[in-house]
Amino acid sequence: MSQTTLAPRDQGAPDYNKMLHPLMAKNYGKWDYHERLRPGVLVHVGESGDKLYTVRAGSPRTMSADTVRKVCAIADKYCEGFLRFTSRSNIEFLVGKKENLDPLIHAVEKELGWPLGGTGPSVSNILHTQGWLHCNLPGSDAAGSVKALMDDLIDDFKNEAFPNRVHISSSCCQINCASHGDISIIVQHHHAPRINHSNMQICELPKVVAICPAAAIRPASINGKETVEVIEEKCMYCGACHGQCPSMEIRDSQTDTLSIWVGGKMSNARSAPTFMKLAVWGIPNNPPRWPEVSVAVKTILKAYKEGGKPWERLGEWIERIGWQRFFEKTGFPFTRYHIDDSPEALSTLNRSAMVRL
Amino acid sequence: MSAKEMALNTPMLNELESGEWPSFVTDLKAYSKKRPVITQLLNQLEESYQNRWNYWQGKIINAPGYGGGIIARVSDKADKYPGLANFHTVRVIEPPGWVYSTDALRNLADISEKNGAGILQFHGMTGDVLLLGFDDAGSLQCAEDLMNAGWDIGGSGAALRTLQCCVGQARCEMACYDTMKVTKHLTDTFIHYLHRPEFVYKFKFKLSGCSNDCSNSIVRSDMPIIGTWRGAMQVNQAKVAEFIDEKGMDYLVNNVLTRCPTRCLSVRGKELVVDHSDCVRCMHCINVMHKALKPGKDRGATILIGGHRTLKIGDTMGSVLVPFIKLETDEDLNNLTDFIEKVWEFWNDNGMDHERVGEFIYRIGMMTFLKGLDIEPDARMICRPRTTSYIKFEELGPSKFDGERQQNPPVWNRESEARETM
Repeated sequence: MSQTTLAPRDQGAPDYNKMLHPLMAKNYGKWDYHERLRPGVLVHVGESGDKLYTVRAGSPRTMSADTVRKVCAIADKYCEGFLRFTSRSNIEFLVGKKENLDPLIHAVEKELGWPLGGTGPSVSNILHTQGWLHCNLPGSDAAGSVKALMDDLIDDFKNEAFPNRVHISSSCCQINCASHGDISIIVQHHHAPRINHSNMQICELPKVVAICPAAAIRPASINGKETVEVIEEKCMYCGACHGQCPSMEIRDSQTDTLSIWVGGKMSNARSAPTFMKLAVWGIPNNPPRWPEVSVAVKTILKAYKEGGKPWERLGEWIERIGWQRFFEKTGFPFTRYHIDDSPEALSTLNRSAMVRL
Repeated sequence: MSAKEMALNTPMLNELESGEWPSFVTDLKAYSKKRPVITQLLNQLEESYQNRWNYWQGKIINAPGYGGGIIARVSDKADKYPGLANFHTVRVIEPPGWVYSTDALRNLADISEKNGAGILQFHGMTGDVLLLGFDDAGSLQCAEDLMNAGWDIGGSGAALRTLQCCVGQARCEMACYDTMKVTKHLTDTFIHYLHRPEFVYKFKFKLSGCSNDCSNSIVRSDMPIIGTWRGAMQVNQAKVAEFIDEKGMDYLVNNVLTRCPTRCLSVRGKELVVDHSDCVRCMHCINVMHKALKPGKDRGATILIGGHRTLKIGDTMGSVLVPFIKLETDEDLNNLTDFIEKVWEFWNDNGMDHERVGEFIYRIGMMTFLKGLDIEPDARMICRPRTTSYIKFEELGPSKFDGERQQNPPVWNRESEARETM
């Protein structure tokens, strides 16, 4: 057993000043403008005239210690030993000397085998969750489904050919840790939790009852044991109780499906941020490469690329052309399940006589 | 069977080795030669792929003095894969802005490899570095080694989560405040809340230097802090003219002027005319013409409240709580931390178990939330005033004789009481 000198030592966040590329430290708060030199390569120009080059590449997010060391060796050779990651799990090599740019790009593409891209109006790396690799709740995988989908979208990552940037996220349960994106993929459950009554005693039952957003769980006694029961008609299959208590199994390897949502946007540029909306449901959870997901995502991307005006994000394009035409252009069926029945539902109806005919 | 004797058996995962995107399967397979436990991990993952089923359960393990930072995972298949019997994750607080020196990265790789499976993830969805694959003793030793090297862990359970911010002023001309400095300040000031779950439920900060919101704060954090400015933005008319010469007037009209959400831009010759009083700091024109346009000089941030993803009441978007706050001096930062503590106190005193602050506001109403925090209402907090006419006007209700308001006075008493106090 290890000797612990007893935490917590309350050290807080690492000192970022020690992690800054020298040109970042020198020009901190004094940057003037930036340009995209080619997909995956940016230059930031300081008021001082200093130029810092950034080479952005797609990372697999999950790495062995050896791969991390390989990344470090490249950054030591060409980047003065400094790099960063982005909020979409891309890696950014920081280059102070222009002559290092080409050899660095060669090393990233050939030695690491990581593609350059994810800048400007491209499909960036997919945000994803932990999945079967290491989560306790997933109905699907994440790292693998993202790898398969990015293989299919590799040209969209490496080129800047869309009206605006495309953020995709992929989550393996309805908690949706990867959150909203222009396109979001989530797992959908199709029945109420199946209760293991003999193992409910490991959970705090009042918490299990209280966590249900639909008030569908109530205390019960079965064979003399304290447990809960679920009112089927009230349950909306969200799985909140499963997170609280593993004996409330919400997943099903046979019936779980995937659904794809569109139009999530966090940026405030042009229009206010928006939530993602249901586009297509009932897609099979089909490892190892989830081909049906790729087909649906590519259908959406193709329609957006053809129809979007410059700078329009995917959701802004749909809002302009109308949802009716989005379903026409993608060929996805519009069904009664697309009509919201949540507390926000009335605000999602077309409360006007403005109708495209 | 010992880990060393076990052979890789991953036909489905092998299909994730083709294609141009970097494959974690290829990486981990190669690494399994050095760390045999990874063979077990991949074989179990293969079974998940075959059976579309998950084999991890949670449990609780903490470093001494901590209530968070280690996410414990135990395998349902520990009989078959003994190396996965305890295979935990350690959550490491990342450097703000995700900037690294190679020394720091190598240090993480070494600590991860020395004490566990040597798998790292950059980064978790809450911004932290994830180190995977430690047994109980390895988790504690990993935490100890991290501490000794100057790192810290935390951010799981009903606690403050690891903060996350955009690259900010370190490499962006648009950042309206020093996101890295404020992130470090908040992390360090509130580090005990990251270490020990003391809240009714989790609380997340995400910080963005401008309203492009690269840290995805508005729907992914309980308190988004988004950079902005007061007064006019900076316009360099010479560079506006250069932009028009380069891109053409059509481009300016079609992609800048008409895309302004408040129509506050117009053009006179080659001069851009801005009605600054109508600008809502959306950043679009600055994004397109970032050499000619810049945020104004009086900079700070807007604080929003209540973003979170769908569980349990559906999505909540952060909404404006403090339209403008300066974040430059130590005093500014102290004002911010004081304000945050006030919000936490009211939420934790009145929130229900497992209730995010956005859900709390949904339940009690923003009107009550503001009153509880003694914050003056501001028209910038809303899109439009209410449309329902059922309102409890405190000022207009009847008073009691002693001047103290009666709680829920019965209807039949109201008129006479009101008359007596008039």
